[in-house]
Order: sequence, then C-alpha cells, then structure tokens
Amino acid sequence: MHDDNLSVPPTLANAPALLDQQAAAKRRVVCDTSPDEGTAVSLGGVRFAWAGNGEVDLAIDELRVSLGERLFVAGPSGSGKSTLLGLLAGVTVPQQGSVTILDTELSTLRSAERDRFRADHIGYIFQMFNLIPYLTVVENVTLPLRFSARRSGRVANPEREAERLLTQLGMGDFMRRTVTRLSVGQQQRVAAARALIGSPEIILADEPTSSLDEGHSENFVRLLFDECEQAGSTLIFVSHDSRLAPLFDRAHRLDT
Amino acid sequence: MSPLNLTLKSLRNRKFTVSLTVTSLALGVALLLGVERMRQEAKTGFTNTISGTDLIVGARTGQVSLLLSSVFRIGSPSQNISWETYQKIADNPKIAWTIPISLGDSHRGYRVVGTSVDYFEHYRYADKRRLEIAAGDEFSDPSDAVLGAEVAHRLGYRLGDEIVVAHGAGEVSFVEHADRPFRVCGILKATGTPVDRAVHVSLAGIEWMHEGWDGDGHDHSNCDHGHGEHAAEGSAGGMGRLAEIEALLAGEDEDPLQPGQITAFLVGMHSRADAVFLQRAINTYDGEALSAVMPGLALQELWQVVGVVEKTLLVISVFVVAVSLAGMLSALMTSLNERRREMAILRSVGARPAHIVTLVVGEAMAITTMACAVGTVVLYALIVLARPIVLETAGLQLGISVLSGRELLLVAAVLTIGLLVGLVPALRCYRNSLTDGLTVRT
Repeated sequence: MHDDNLSVPPTLANAPALLDQQAAAKRRVVCDTSPDEGTAVSLGGVRFAWAGNGEVDLAIDELRVSLGERLFVAGPSGSGKSTLLGLLAGVTVPQQGSVTILDTELSTLRSAERDRFRADHIGYIFQMFNLIPYLTVVENVTLPLRFSARRSGRVANPEREAERLLTQLGMGDFMRRTVTRLSVGQQQRVAAARALIGSPEIILADEPTSSLDEGHSENFVRLLFDECEQAGSTLIFVSHDSRLAPLFDRAHRLDT
Repeated sequence: MSPLNLTLKSLRNRKFTVSLTVTSLALGVALLLGVERMRQEAKTGFTNTISGTDLIVGARTGQVSLLLSSVFRIGSPSQNISWETYQKIADNPKIAWTIPISLGDSHRGYRVVGTSVDYFEHYRYADKRRLEIAAGDEFSDPSDAVLGAEVAHRLGYRLGDEIVVAHGAGEVSFVEHADRPFRVCGILKATGTPVDRAVHVSLAGIEWMHEGWDGDGHDHSNCDHGHGEHAAEGSAGGMGRLAEIEALLAGEDEDPLQPGQITAFLVGMHSRADAVFLQRAINTYDGEALSAVMPGLALQELWQVVGVVEKTLLVISVFVVAVSLAGMLSALMTSLNERRREMAILRSVGARPAHIVTLVVGEAMAITTMACAVGTVVLYALIVLARPIVLETAGLQLGISVLSGRELLLVAAVLTIGLLVGLVPALRCYRNSLTDGLTVRT
C-alpha cells in the first residue's frame, strides 16, 4: 500500500484535454493544496482487518484531504475501497490508527454519535440502486434532512431546495416520476442531489458512475463538481474507472 | 415527513402482502372480539334471566337443578311441593309476595307455565324490569293463556287464537288436551329471557285442562278430586293419583280448580336480609323435603358449568389471533432480506440502528393497529348483520355498544403482542445493519 497521487490542475475547463495527459500527469505531490484551506479528512497509520486472523484488509499510512478538495480514489476491486468508505463514513472504526474528519477523531465517538456525525456532515452516493423505492424523487432527496437538524437548518424549504438541486442536475422534468421508472443515470443524479442537500462538508461517492457509459460518467462528474463547489463540499470519489481521475484535483491509489 | 410517514410509505410499497397480513389478523381480531362480545351478551342475558327474587323454593334438589327447572324451564322437575306447604310458607309475614309455578305441560315444544297473576305483578328480570304486556291482558279465566313474545312470534299467534296444550315437555307429544283448548288472551313483550318461550296459564287453567283429560265422564261441576297432581303428571302420576284418593278419602271439599301441588315458587321478601333466615327454615323444614336457593348464587354456580364452553371458544379465538400474528412475523421476516438495501441507504443518510429498529417495529405496530381497527369494523358489521338471526335463534340481544373494558383490554393485548412480535425482525435488522454497514448485500 503506498500513496500514488495523480495530480491534475484544478480548473475544470481544461479537464477534457487533460484526460489524454493522464499518464504524464502522474507524479508524486505533497498532499496539501493551499495553506488557507483547512483539513477535511486526515487518516494516519490506519490498519483495518475484517477478520481477526491478522490479515490486514486496508492499510493507509497517511491520507489528507483539504476542505473543498476533490479527491479521486482509485483501486482495483478487493483493494479495500468499501472498507475505506466505511471508515470515512464512520460506520466502522480501524483497529489501529486514526480517522479524523473535520477535526473530529471518529474513534472517540460512540457508534450512535458517529451515525449522527455522518448525518450532519457526510453525503453518500452508492454505486447503484441509491433510492428508496417507496418514496418520491423529492422525498428521496430530502431524506437526509430528517436525520440531521444541522443540515435541515441550512434549508429553508426542503421541497424547494430538492427541486432546485434536481433542476440543476438536469432532473427538473422527472421530479414527479416514480423512482423505479428512472434510468440508472437519472437515479444517480437524484442520489447526488440527496447527498448534496443541506450542504454537508463531505461527499463520499462509491463508484457512482460504474453503471453509466463514458459520456454520461463524465457529465455526471462535472455536475457533481459544480454542486460540490456551490455547497462548498469536499468530494471523495472512489472509482475503478481511472479515465475520470484527471478531472480531479488529486488522485489516491489503493493497492492490494 | 415523520418516521411514521416513512413506515406507512414502506408498507404501501408492499401493499399486497401487507393487506393479506392485515386481513388475516383483522379476521382473527374480529373473531376474538366477537366471541368475547357473545360471552358478555350470553352472560348478561343469563344473569338477566331473573332479578328481584330473593328465594326459589322447590322440592329438595340441588340449587342448579332447581334454578334450571323453575327459571330456565329446562329438564323435568322430579318432585312437587304440596299446596298446603306453599300456603303455609307464603303466609309468613316477612314475605312480600310469592309466585307459584307449575310445570309439566307444553305447547309445540314451548313450556306451559301454570302460575298466578302475581307473576305479571312481581316477576322481574334484567335490572328489576317487570313484564309488560304487548297486546291483550293478563289471564282471568282458566282457559286464558298469555304467550311469551317468542312463542307468539314464531308460531304466529294472535289474540283470540286457540291453542292445544300437550302433556310432557317434548316438541312432539302423543297426549294432547285437545278437548280443552286455551284461548290466547295476552302476549308479553320480548324480554330476552326464558319468559319469551313460555305459555302462561293460571294454576286453575292447569287443573281445568287436566280435568278434561283426566276425567272419565265425571260431572265436572261437581268434581271434588284434587287436580294439582297433574302438574307432575309426567313423573309423579302415580303419586298424584294416590293423593287424589287420599283427598277423596278425607272428603276434602276444595275449590274444584284448586291445585294440590305446584312445582316451585319464587319468593320476594320485605327485607332482603330475612331471606337467609327463611332459606334456613325452609331447608330444615320437617313437614316436606324442600330446598330454598338464592337465585344469584345458583346463577353463579350454573354459569361456572356453562362457562366452560365459552371459555373454550375464547381459547380457540386466542389461538386464531396467535396464528395470524405468526403470519405477520413470517411476512416481516421475509421482507427483511429484500430490504437490506433500503436499510443501507437509510444508514448512509445517518439513520441510527435505533431508527431501523423503530422503522421495523413501527411496521409491525402499523399492521397490528390497522388489523385491530379493521377487525373492530368487521365485528360491528357482523353484529349488525347477525343481530336479527341471533335474536331469532338464541334469543340473545346483541347490543351495538362501544367496546367494553375487557374488549379494549383484548385489543391492547393484541397490540402489545404485535409490538413484541415486531421486535424479532427489528433486532434481526439491527444486527444486519451493524454487519452490513453501508455495503449493500442482496
């Protein structure tokens, strides 16, 4: 396990051209961006094993993500992506090392406190089947507000905010549609709106583009960037699709 | 949207299986409440049979059999009381009133009750309600008969109709007093008690009827043999005849229609407290083997016997509800696997395991609550539909009243058990959500 950072210029306008320069852009950089930005996420000496047989499933010596940064986490399957996301979301805690998010060391929190912390500070996008089938599109988007007073406090009118986000994500025409009749791409946009509502500090995305074709993937990532920028959210985007990596500020490779 | 809202939406998403579960549980609840309601009505109807009577006196027997024969008119009385003894006791100054009862004949399966006009004056049922006459009047002539409401209704009798009384209590009797038909002079209002199923005639009427059957060419105007024995004709005919002979030998000069014996009599005291002393005196009376029982205690003892049946019914309906709840458990458990993704999504937006538990328990509660509500509605619908039929066949008045305390208790018990049943899938779900975290296993 080693840090293999892919650095790309942060300007989105140049991003398509940079896709071709992916290999060239691959070089080691120091992990911080500018000094005035604080730290969103910091992992140190993390060791995590699911089974108690001593086999380590995830080992990260150091990973630091600045506030507002867009981090691409690449890694083949089995490299511990899900484990990393679980640690970042505070669903699990490592056996060794520390996971600090927004100056809070998650291992010091009790399980229910981590759940509350997640509700307040983290938006999460799944690989697919993100939506609860019995809720409408708008209800799916406003779902996190029920679990976080902090996030709902930032939203004056949940329905209107959901509609605003959906419209910005190009879903304006589908807000009344049954969730199960949306295409995969549409579902992922609804999921993005849900992750973003109430402007959580951190967005975790678990291969959200894996079921989208190339054009749609890129489009989705761009929309996500725009919204993260507006909300001021830090984005940690896990994917095995390294073609997307150049779009991001930085990339981190997980190895088996 | 509240968590309840989330629960309801989730249920609506699975409305087919949920409605099946609700339906089966609702029917169980309706059955449970229905049986409980019937129990209550039966018990009320039962205890309402007689009221205001302090003692029932008959020939020596158990209190239940005396109650059965004299009040419920079930079974044949084996012994009678002599008219003299009755007169002697009735003269006691502490006694306010007595109602003589003479049984042994029937009309098309309905018991004929020989009594006096005191019956209409003093007999009380339910909450000390007196008998009311719907049409006509009390009997005044020996050939007069006052019909209970059910007798008149079922057999379609009107005032002035003639009815022939048969000997014995069966529906089919081979010995009819066809030459002495009674005339319907009055019809009572329905009471929901055995009174509805009785044909009331005067004691003199009983004598008059048997005189016609019994006599073999006597000049009736000059007839001086005692006819009271005929009240007990079915079982004690021989003894009756002996009494007749004795009366003849003694040369008694009685009112020709004066009964020699009666089956039982009801006693009302001036002061209820005196009933105990009179009961003791009667039970230890040397002249004749008598029993005096307090109707309340006898009813209680009888209900304990009858109650076994209704308790069995209640147990069966409890099992039906238990089976429905087991059905709900299996439906909820089956849904859990297909809902693991849903739970992961909820966890991702910050739902704590406690939320997940609440959601699943909430579903069980919602299902049980709906089932109880639907079951109650079904119960009332059934009552409305069954009212006329039950009244017709069982003589029970089903009241459309609000749920009683006991019924509410049953509903509360079902809800509580529904909650406990809901905890099983909820805890399973809780464990799943801890191990699954945000990874979705399907």
